[in-house]
Amino acid sequence: MRALLFKIGSFKIVTALFVILLATGCATKQAYDYTAYKQIRPRSILVLPPVNNSPDVKATYSVLSHATLPLAEAGYYVFPVTLVDETFKNNGLSTPADIHAVAPKKLQEIFGADAALYITITQYGSSYTVLSSAAIVAANAKLLDLKTGTLLWQGSARASNDENRNQNNGGLAGLLIAAIVNQIANQVTDASHSVAGVTSQRLLSAGHPNGILYGPRSPKYQTD
Amino acid sequence: MQIAQYKQGIFALALLSSTLLTGCQTAPPMLYQWEGYQPQVYEYFKGQGSGAEAQSSKLEADLQKIRATGKTPPPGYHAHLGLLYSQAGKNDQVVEQFRTEKELFPEATLYMDFLLKKLVK
Repeated sequence: MRALLFKIGSFKIVTALFVILLATGCATKQAYDYTAYKQIRPRSILVLPPVNNSPDVKATYSVLSHATLPLAEAGYYVFPVTLVDETFKNNGLSTPADIHAVAPKKLQEIFGADAALYITITQYGSSYTVLSSAAIVAANAKLLDLKTGTLLWQGSARASNDENRNQNNGGLAGLLIAAIVNQIANQVTDASHSVAGVTSQRLLSAGHPNGILYGPRSPKYQTD
Repeated sequence: MQIAQYKQGIFALALLSSTLLTGCQTAPPMLYQWEGYQPQVYEYFKGQGSGAEAQSSKLEADLQKIRATGKTPPPGYHAHLGLLYSQAGKNDQVVEQFRTEKELFPEATLYMDFLLKKLVK
């Protein structure tokens, strides 16, 4: 009887601790200030070739080729990434760093885009630790209004193929990500490239806290 | 006997996982039908412009699938196809693809016109 009471007591403590953890987990995430974003409401996004700070030269185009889906499904027109890259090359801009340095106004004149997305890859490829080896892709992004150069949004995301499969972070979104992982894993064997797809989804899809807002082509436009 | 039971078990598991998978896929309706667009974009970048013919026929085949379901290809699909045609020297088809991109997505008008002007020169 005493043992049972003790058990119930410790169960309560564990539950209480868990609740506290959850509550603090939510409280530490500061809500993003969307004032400028909601004022400007861009319709189209020009994704610039990402700056790559990782040692893997494949990173820029791997991440760039994954960027269209989350943004287009969020409700934006996304400029054709291959053609945009060719246009930059034809104008003597061959490195992402050079492209990121072009004045916003100039980009607006050529492409007629409302906003541009500046991605920086901080980690790409396999990382070996004591316990495991995993492909990791991490990146951050800034969305700039091209007329004024105003920062509309910024965020960062990270993914690895070593994440606990049972861990469902974010309800439906988590399930979707798991499905996307499976889909991509079946299509390609390049592990880092498929992880980059998850990073891109986490970084650039709408409908989660502090993320990109829904765009005009989405039925959920102006609901967030 | 035991093998038959084992097989039944596998079948039940397969059925369960397929219902789970379709459950995930049908939950949020996608705005566009993507087919192989993003993998083809990656192929293009990896190939540095080589293999344009093979890539355009893959995208054309996918476009048939998209049309059959009555859905819309994603932003950039027709524009990318136009780029592949330009590398094969098929300028008439480039013009057609860029115009389709504009029709589907008026947001692209300025950029597509910029590219079409260069093509005419």
